[in-house]
Amino acid sequence: MPESKTSYNLHLLSRAGFGPAASDIPLLDKINRNDLFRQMLKSSSSVPEYINVASNVMQGLFKGIQEEGKMQQLTKEQKQEIRKQSREDLKNLNLRWLEVMVNGNAALREKLSFFWHGHFACREINIFYQQQLLDIIRKNALGNFGDLLREVSKSASMLSFLNNQQNRKQSPNENFAREVMELFTMGRGNYTEKDIKEAARAFTGWGFNLAGEFVFRRNFHDAGVKTFMGKTGNFNGDDVLDMLLENPQTARFISTKIYRFFVHDQADEKRVNWLSQRFLKNNYDISKLLEDIFTADWFYADENIGAKIKSPIELLVGIRRMLPMDFEQEQVQLLYQRLLGQVLFYPPNVAGWPGGKNWIDSSSLMYRLRLTRILHDDDNFNAKPKDDDDVMMGQADPGVKNKEQKIRNKKVATSTRGLVNVDIDWALYISQFKQVPKEKLAVSIAVVLCTKGTIDLDLIQRYAEKDSREDYIRSVTIAIMSLPEYQMH
Amino acid sequence: MYIKRRNFLQLGSLASGSMMIPNFLKAFEKPAAVPSGNKVVVIIQFSGGNDGLNTVIPVRNDIYYRQRPKLGIKKEAALSINEEAGLHPSLTAFRELLDAGSLGILNGVGYPNPDRSHFRSMDIWQSASDSREYIDTGWLGRYLDAQCKPGERPTKAMEIDDVLSLVMKGEQMKGLAFRDPRKLYGSSQEKFFKELSAAHKYGGEEAPVDYLYKTMTETLSSADYIFQQSKLHPSRQAYPASALGQNLKTIASLIFSEINTKVYYVSLGSFDTHFAQEAQQKRLFTELNEAVKSFTDDLKANSRFDDVLLFTFSEFGRRVAQNASGGTDHGTANNMFFISGGLKQKGLINALPDLSDLQEGDLKHTVDFRDVYATVLHNWLDADDSRIIGKKSNYLGFI
Repeated sequence: MPESKTSYNLHLLSRAGFGPAASDIPLLDKINRNDLFRQMLKSSSSVPEYINVASNVMQGLFKGIQEEGKMQQLTKEQKQEIRKQSREDLKNLNLRWLEVMVNGNAALREKLSFFWHGHFACREINIFYQQQLLDIIRKNALGNFGDLLREVSKSASMLSFLNNQQNRKQSPNENFAREVMELFTMGRGNYTEKDIKEAARAFTGWGFNLAGEFVFRRNFHDAGVKTFMGKTGNFNGDDVLDMLLENPQTARFISTKIYRFFVHDQADEKRVNWLSQRFLKNNYDISKLLEDIFTADWFYADENIGAKIKSPIELLVGIRRMLPMDFEQEQVQLLYQRLLGQVLFYPPNVAGWPGGKNWIDSSSLMYRLRLTRILHDDDNFNAKPKDDDDVMMGQADPGVKNKEQKIRNKKVATSTRGLVNVDIDWALYISQFKQVPKEKLAVSIAVVLCTKGTIDLDLIQRYAEKDSREDYIRSVTIAIMSLPEYQMH
Repeated sequence: MYIKRRNFLQLGSLASGSMMIPNFLKAFEKPAAVPSGNKVVVIIQFSGGNDGLNTVIPVRNDIYYRQRPKLGIKKEAALSINEEAGLHPSLTAFRELLDAGSLGILNGVGYPNPDRSHFRSMDIWQSASDSREYIDTGWLGRYLDAQCKPGERPTKAMEIDDVLSLVMKGEQMKGLAFRDPRKLYGSSQEKFFKELSAAHKYGGEEAPVDYLYKTMTETLSSADYIFQQSKLHPSRQAYPASALGQNLKTIASLIFSEINTKVYYVSLGSFDTHFAQEAQQKRLFTELNEAVKSFTDDLKANSRFDDVLLFTFSEFGRRVAQNASGGTDHGTANNMFFISGGLKQKGLINALPDLSDLQEGDLKHTVDFRDVYATVLHNWLDADDSRIIGKKSNYLGFI
């Protein structure tokens, strides 16, 4: 059945990447799913380019501090200026990475990076440290989990976020040790409070300098004997990470989380057992784990297709891949992220985004269903996201102080602040359907946009514009993208 | 009669179940029964970390004035509560409520191992978790899980905002968020979504997409319901034009209606006063004071003041010492206001924080905020608090 071939390929592209681009449509009913996965692996094989958005102002400010040698010498105003600039640059990092997800050709790598971005969740305002952490994640996303864990654990971002800079022999801070075990490796319930205390001692002295480089501060390190998970020795932080990686529970915890993210919200115990044994045997090779998943027959089982709710980033990137568009103000995408509940670089806490049904409530659902129409400017959009005091440091959002952010379509004047002007380039998308006879158009569009569901085509067609073939394709596409089915993948 | 066969496209290989009208839709047809004298809770969240020490001022405490040479509010300026304490000068209506026995103040509310990140600490307050656990449901969401019977309207807890907070999200149920009933109604009147909602077929077994259809249908239906209710007995009281004023007016109109809502939630901010605190806190407290004044007058005029409990909280207080920028930095324990005609304890419910016994320059908490929630759930909302909070709590005596 050719339709199931298309459906399998869409399922793969949507889960292992951010969905098909318009130019992928001709491929969908031709290529075999395992070949498609290999192609995805191959196009993600090269080392990703470092995303550098730190502005000249910031580079200058920061270089100055390093030369002076001390952050403490800065005045309050200078510090404030740095934080403000850093916050601005962080928005650009968000938008640039989003752009890479949409237009880059390493879909699998970016999708895995997006997963690890939620796994190694970190709220850190320093733009240099965040850029560095993102680079560590993107470089190791498909490599070895042990390497990834070690590099993240030694990154300035994570050490700062989890207070390890304050973890000293005389006054241990357990935060870092606790989260490494609870959230990054083994998961809750697999160690004792004593293990956390002992691991915290092993991590004493792990810190970073202003340049964001890892520094081992010997004077702060507790070199004494520790007993960690039943073993006794002069352990340091590296030893603890090694012991965590040797523990099969770490392979199980990571495999379960990957299964829940990429396959189904409910982990299947037998499959996860199988995956985690192989993950451990393959020395935490992430690509091999992905191959085990994406070439397995069960991945394509009916109960796994269309069973997950797209995250806001997956939804936004997916729409943009299918319908290439230009934003007059790219920053409006940050507003969508806030309204839908997922802002890159601002996870809710160190546990990351909970996902699943948590994405959906009465307000977020209606914004999601309207998103494509808003972009196509058929809808008025008038909403104010919540403030984030960690981000704003007591300052109001530019342009939204005490009033609603008004976003209207381009038929209204474009000069007012907050108006959004988005140009969708429909030509490439529409040309994909040029061989399709008119009466089959709606079906063909539905088949490439939704992996599953029972779609009421009569209803869709009643809302379609029939003036021209182009109008018809546009309006049917937007109507289908406004369906709950399109929220699933 | 000619019935047009609808053209359904089946994608993937979804097994089609029999046509069923789900229970939650059937139940909506029944009229909502709300007993009068129905207890209601209104929560005002002070976002950003309100400075509690300049809210309830320890006017005879030398440490306070020593630590805050510039920012400390003088005894003469504060609105006297008793010999020891005074209210922020902008809170005149609160002072009147105090005289009338309708204001209670709880000091030193917090939790062990306090977190000084706004987001994290707000998470802790909203989810009612320990500072070391991560829970992705909120305490009011879990209240909905525990209290809502199948088929009951999802309007039992509502947030006046464009975005729904974690506090309102339960495992099974979620509260509703909207800013204005008319706007909500307007946006739900779209034929496309109404038809879509009516046409969806629920199979015997729940398909993953059914959850979205169910949420959509409930949202559209609730939007109608809320709008109709809001028109039944609209408030005639004059309210300030501020956002909080208008939000409390919306809440008052709904309280006077026959709606089944037990909890309303609204935010005010930002109280994150690292610099120029005096002007910022004054501005926010003026907005609060005027809005609460209209609201309590409105409730009294409509004989609902005894049934409504309004309380305030913030994710943390601020440090005892002022900083060098005319502000204060993130702190820990804080005070909470309780306003109602039905309070059992009035004025200062417990002792002011002990400024001579600090932890790294911060107040130590004396009341766990989860005991406050449990008290509200158990004594006011008649709910099973231990199931919602996840442990047995010590009830307080203020209601």
